[in-house]
Amino acid sequence: MNDATKEMEPTQKLKFYQKGTFTVGNRLVSEADRTVQASIDRSNAITCGHRGCQGCGEALGARYVVDAAMRATNNNLIVVNATGCLEVFTTPYPETSWQVAWVHSLFGNAAAVGTGVAAAMRVKGRSEVRILAQGGDGGSTDIGFGCLSGMFERNDDVLYVCYDNEGYMNTGVQRSSATPPAARTATTDAVGDEPGNVFGTGKSVPKIAMAHGIPYVAIASVADLHDLERKVTKAMGFHGARYIHVQVPCPLGWGSASHDTIRLARLAVESGVFPIFEAEYGVITGSRKIRNRVPVVEYLKLQKRYAHLFKNGDAPRLERLQKLADRNIAEFNLLAHEGNV
Amino acid sequence: MLKQVEGSISTAEAIGLCRPEVICAYPITPQTHIVEGLGRMVRTGEVKNCEFINVESEFGALSACIGSSAAGARTYTATSSQGLLFMAEAVYNASGMGLPIVMTLGTRAIGAPINIWNDHSDAMSMRDAGWLQMFAETNQESVDLHIQAFRLAEAVSMPIMVCVDGFILTHAVERVDVPTQAEVDAFLPPYDPVQVVDPKEPISIGAMVGPDAFTEVKYLQNYKLDLALKLIPELAREFKKKFDRDSGGLLRTYRTEDADMVVVAMGSVNGTIKDVIDEMRADGFSIGLVTLVSYRPFPAEELRKALSGCKQTVVVDRSFAIGMGGQLAADVDHALRNVDRAPQALSVIAGLGGRPVSRASLRGIFRKAKTEPWEGMHFLDLNQKIVATEVEHMSSKRRSGPIAENLLRRVSVAPVAE
Ligand SMILES: Cc1ncc(C[n+]2csc(CCOP(=O)(O)OP(=O)(O)O)c2C)c(N)n1
Ligand code: SF4
Ligand SMILES: [Mg+2]
Repeated sequence: MNDATKEMEPTQKLKFYQKGTFTVGNRLVSEADRTVQASIDRSNAITCGHRGCQGCGEALGARYVVDAAMRATNNNLIVVNATGCLEVFTTPYPETSWQVAWVHSLFGNAAAVGTGVAAAMRVKGRSEVRILAQGGDGGSTDIGFGCLSGMFERNDDVLYVCYDNEGYMNTGVQRSSATPPAARTATTDAVGDEPGNVFGTGKSVPKIAMAHGIPYVAIASVADLHDLERKVTKAMGFHGARYIHVQVPCPLGWGSASHDTIRLARLAVESGVFPIFEAEYGVITGSRKIRNRVPVVEYLKLQKRYAHLFKNGDAPRLERLQKLADRNIAEFNLLAHEGNV
Repeated sequence: MLKQVEGSISTAEAIGLCRPEVICAYPITPQTHIVEGLGRMVRTGEVKNCEFINVESEFGALSACIGSSAAGARTYTATSSQGLLFMAEAVYNASGMGLPIVMTLGTRAIGAPINIWNDHSDAMSMRDAGWLQMFAETNQESVDLHIQAFRLAEAVSMPIMVCVDGFILTHAVERVDVPTQAEVDAFLPPYDPVQVVDPKEPISIGAMVGPDAFTEVKYLQNYKLDLALKLIPELAREFKKKFDRDSGGLLRTYRTEDADMVVVAMGSVNGTIKDVIDEMRADGFSIGLVTLVSYRPFPAEELRKALSGCKQTVVVDRSFAIGMGGQLAADVDHALRNVDRAPQALSVIAGLGGRPVSRASLRGIFRKAKTEPWEGMHFLDLNQKIVATEVEHMSSKRRSGPIAENLLRRVSVAPVAE
């Protein structure tokens, strides 16, 4: 590893796992690197009292993102939220869960509202105030895509975070452009000759974000909360448009056990289904290497949305899904030896 | 300062004088010159301390405005026609959130068939969206209404649409008195928001509201428009004192005293109607005019007063609800409901998609209203012959083809009847 790439490596280089789990034991790491659930200086921007499902990856991801953003901005943060699970489960009064200046307008306009808030802060000389806009995959990769691309292209000073649970969960688990092939949703039922979602071309919004040449793009996962926090902190070190795409398993939509949220997020990373990388100004600067490669079926079989693939043994389609993961591994160099970014 | 100037430019100058802090819009004819003018003024520094944002769509434009307004900045946008429809979701959102955004609507027809010329279909499409809507009669009034609009919107914390007839006003060169910065500053204080997203005092705006409070939230939106109903005449009076001009207000009357027939209309067509009224009065025809300035809130009470005593009222709509009738006519009917000896209300649909509303046609229709039986809505200058031919064609043939294109072919053979 040379000095230039050293800085870009994820902070966490630990390989101690608790036996039988995917968890790095807190006791095995240094004080500074320990996961902190409760401390007096943690902003806890999303307080308890929200109505997310048990094991909701989005609630977890958002809590870490917003807290890290608060820390990075010395609490000078305004959050703009798109319609979706995160907005709905956090706001029914009087139980608003937000301990942060927060505004929700519509499903497809969070990026543009963020642009407007940023403009207001600029005109008022409030340069210390930073903007975080956030939404689900539907709000970001589909209906809000035009506003998002506009915000990128103008390089507006907004960090946009997409919580990707691979479907329109708030409306009852329908397909979005982020829904993976073969996954069963309410609008891609597991019936007929091609059960589940189509094998389309896919749509990598992080790559599209990179094509805008914006200062910072990252993919992250609730599998690695330290990495997520680091990326948010890093993003806040840039001005201009920034994009972080976080995979957040959804027990309800994926048909998985609540206690498997982190396990699934890890399997997605370790199988190559969800490649983790970072880019600056349109150029990839690093990717998270797979530590312990697992076959894609290990990831799929924990989720009822893929149950139809196993019921009758759909080998060809399982094969195709494995190939997609293999392609990610090759494209993002996920198996390279450490140091070869 | 008095000058001979294009309506869009004088309107842009007036908006500039209102010290907007964020301007965000997307181009669409006939609104373009206003936004281009403002963009230039921000770049040259004529308008200071203002962010001018170019966006990718009208939806993005109004969404950015929602953000900047919620963050406490005085915010302006402009659009027309398809652009307003493209914003629709955000239009309702802005009023639901109580954000005092000022929008110029360069009024224009809505397609299909695509048509860039003036009528009021776009304004009418958002008449129930919770925005205040005021219609300018002249470019002078456009200037004056915009200055009042910021004050009014911010006073009640609700968004306002200033409707300015596309082309007829926006592109007309007229003599307009554009006030000085000092005059506008004396009328319009800096924006003091009632709500603001600010890390200094973190609040949530835009939370989900269920059946327990939704009715009350909506009731209070209506309450604010009721407040505006009281405020609009006060502001017009204050404006007159400071600028020495009659502009704005809820409505204006013209020669309604002892009139048997009173016409009701909005926007630039009022100028033509006044000329017609003068001509007809000279011929001994007892006719007057109510120029409605404030469409939302709708001044039912004042309208009833203005119409009391007349035998007939002819409502001239520049748009209509297909399958129903003129929207303004319906609102006038509503205002006259349960009124003792209410005038007979007649509906004229005129000037759709830029068709000129001529004095001769208006004279004809007003005379007809007095003398002939009247059913439903009357389309001014409708080319009966072409319509009849197309109806015949449609009923004689299943695959009769697209109506718009069929009609185009027919009018090229037989132009619109004068
Ligand atoms: C214009 C519009 N269309 C549709 C909806 C309905 N709707 C609300 S949330 C939602 C799905 C949200 O999906 P996503 O953005 O992925 O967030 P998630 O709920 O999955 O976290 C939909 C379709 C809406 N609110 N507005
Ligand atoms: S449906 Fe999914 S995203 Fe929504 S609250 Fe439940 S677990 Fe979270
Ligand atoms: Mg989703």
